[in-house]
This record gives sequence, structure tokens and C-alpha cells, in this order.
Amino acid sequence: MLDLGLEVLFKGSNMLRLLQGLWVAVKISLISIAVSMPLGVVVGSLMTVKNKFIKLILRIYLETIRIMPQLVLLFIVYFGSTRALGWNLSGEVASIIVFVLWGAAEMGDLVRGALISIPKHQYESSKALGLSKVQTYIYIIIPQTVRRLVPLSINLITRMIKTTSLVLMIGVVEMLKVAQQIIEANRMVSPNASFGVFLVVFILYFLVCWPISMLARHLEKRWV
Amino acid sequence: MAEKILEIKNLTKKYGSQTILDGIDLSIDKGEVVVVVGPSGCGKSTLLRCINSLEDIDAGEIVHDGHKIGMVFQSYELFPHLSVLDNITLAPIKVQKRDKAEVKKQALELLKRVGLLDKADSYPRQLSGGQKQRVAIVRALCVEPEILLFDEVTAALDPEMVREVLDVMLDLAKQGRTMIIVTHEMQFAKAVADRVIFLDGGHIVEEGKPKEFFENPKTERAKKFLDVFSFDDYLKDGEGI
Repeated sequence: MLDLGLEVLFKGSNMLRLLQGLWVAVKISLISIAVSMPLGVVVGSLMTVKNKFIKLILRIYLETIRIMPQLVLLFIVYFGSTRALGWNLSGEVASIIVFVLWGAAEMGDLVRGALISIPKHQYESSKALGLSKVQTYIYIIIPQTVRRLVPLSINLITRMIKTTSLVLMIGVVEMLKVAQQIIEANRMVSPNASFGVFLVVFILYFLVCWPISMLARHLEKRWV
Repeated sequence: MAEKILEIKNLTKKYGSQTILDGIDLSIDKGEVVVVVGPSGCGKSTLLRCINSLEDIDAGEIVHDGHKIGMVFQSYELFPHLSVLDNITLAPIKVQKRDKAEVKKQALELLKRVGLLDKADSYPRQLSGGQKQRVAIVRALCVEPEILLFDEVTAALDPEMVREVLDVMLDLAKQGRTMIIVTHEMQFAKAVADRVIFLDGGHIVEEGKPKEFFENPKTERAKKFLDVFSFDDYLKDGEGI
């Protein structure tokens, strides 16, 4: 049989370490998602206001974050800002900062898109029926916005989870880093381990992201 | 003397430097069906939107003494996330705070009347254009308005669906509802109207009984406008081209 070197995972507490690494990745994602989603709603709502100055600032914010690879952002915050500003950041905190900045920008753009995609006539027919502004938002605009938003933001969540694989570059020991460590440590005894271990990493990422993706697809079908 | 239900005095509406409505005076009696016709861009829709305060007005006044106004739009504008029944009952329940069961009963009766009782639990996307528009009419009716505005409600419909909507409106006219209708369906206008108003360039150019207006328009502009809808010239010898 093909030797995938899977036995290294059963040595010591290797599998447990891998799962702990996954937990680090998931933890960073969860915290970042929890903070960036509401922030994104605020950013997105502000992007639809008429004030040109606010719009410009948010545009610059969004474009900057988008143009820059996440890895560069991680380096700027972790290496750059700690030097320049003389503060101490752990890798995990730096990661969370970057993911929140990024998530809020992307989420903001999704919220903006969902809000402006509601036709003007929806506001008008609601007004014509006598609904107040607040009622219009509660019963008409927000429910429709949320329906458009949920599948999109779930996709964003899976993107954020996957992108946590970059944080090993600033010294955070997450799943991918643990995988590397296991492979390195067993280089002599199981030279083939890299395929097997990364395969397991792949499966674990898949197990986390796939249900989320399925949920998005399900909601999309039900609501669109 | 009929009771006046709506009075518009010197209504003026501008978009930037462009004057859309220029000093419109119009009063509507209770139970009257007024059809507004005119070339596109003449301000017909704007007039309705001003009456329903969807547009701010620049001068003049609109007096409706608290009479409730309902409006039906060209593109139906049902709420896509709500079922037909919820579309209809939302405003009566949430705005007018009426009893749920009573509103639902009324909604179902109205749906039955327009032949859509079996669609109560459907969603707008599952309906045809004509069905959507009938639901939109029911939705407007369910808030029990005393004046109904119809803004080119058949303009977006396939020809074979126009009739089902117009029939509903004729039925409403028979019930003695007060209606202001903007339409391009001239035959329908002739049938349903108590009074026709011809709007052009932001002015009421001519108004009168439908028979008079359509058969003997007094002004040149009205004649010209009505000619657009007629193919009589080609039909004189009885066989077309």
C-alpha cells in the first residue's frame, strides 16, 4: 500500500496537537468574525450615507485592505507596527487585528451591496402603505438585506477560516505549523509523512468549512 | 352636490430647473373615477406621487382632510420576502394595529374577489405579472383607503394579462370607489372614467366627460395626442394597408 506516513499522527500526542492547532485557527477566526461582522454592518451602512467625506474615507480603507495581500497586512501589523509604535503584540492578537480589519472591510462592502440592491420602489410602496421609516426598515428593508447577506457573509467566514493558514508566518502555532513540526520531527523515520499529514490537514479544513458552505447554499436556495 | 374628497390647489413640482407640474388645480369628488392621460413625461405619474406625498412639492397644496390614500405601482412592488397574505396584511396589522384574524379574513375575501384565493400562501416570485398586480391592488385595498391611485398599472404587463387587472379596476369603480388612474389604455379609460384629464407640459390642457374627450377633443394638443392611438387613416377603405 502507498506509504503516506500516517503513523506519525499516532505517535505521542501528535493528532491531539494537530487538533489543538486547528482550534487556534478556529479561535482566531471566531473572534475575528464575531468582531468584524457587526463592524462590517456599521461600515456598510455608513458607506450608503450621502456624506462624501465619510464615503471617501471608507473607500480608501476598503481599497487599501483589499489590494494588500493578507500576508503583507500580517507583516505590517506584527513586525511593522510593533517596531514603529513600540508596543508588544502576540502573534495571535496581531492576527485578530488583521482579520478584523479585513473582515470588516469585506463585510462592509457586502452590506453596502445588499443595501443598495434593494430597489427604491420597496421604500416607496412601503411608505405608500403608511409604514413609518423605522417600520419600513424593520419589516421590509432589513429582512431583505439579511436574506441577501447571509449566504455571502457565510462565504466570507469560510474564506477567513482558510486564510488563518497564513498566520504561521508570524509565529502563531496553528494547525499548519503543527503539521510542519510533526513532519520535520519525523523526517528521518517517516520521510513520506508530509503527504499524509497535509492530507489530514486538508480533511480537517474541509470538515470545518464544508458544513458552513452547505449552510450558505441551503439558505441561498431557500431565500433567493 | 357630491362631497369633495381631494383638492389640489396650484400644485407645482420641479426637478432642478425643470418644471414638471405647473400650477395644477384639481378637485375630486367622492366616488369619482378620474383618468389622467397625456404624453409620456407630461407629469402624470409625478402628479400621483405628489398626491401620495412620495414627492415633496414646490408650491401649492394638496388637501385630503385625512382621507387615506392607497397606491398601486406600475411594477407591482410586492415585498419579495413575504407571502401574498403577509404582503396584504402587513400594513393593516403593523400600522393600523387592527385585529389579525379580522384582517386575514378581509384579505382572503379580497383575494377571492380577484380570483387569487389559492395564491394566499404563494410568494410573489411564483406569480405572473397580472397576478402580482392583482395582489398589489388587494394590498392597497386592505388598508381601506378612501382614494386609490393607479400609476400605469398595466404598462409592465404582457397584453394577455392586462384585461384581468383592468377587470378588477372596473369592479372597484362599480363599487363606487374614488380612483385616480394614470393609464395608456384608452379604451379602458373611456369605459371606466367619470372624467378624463389631459395633462401636457405640466398643465391640465383639457378635461371633460370621457365620451366628449375621446370623440370630440376640444384642443389641438389633445387631438394630436389621441391620433397616436388611432389607425383610422389606414382603415378608411375598410381593409387596412
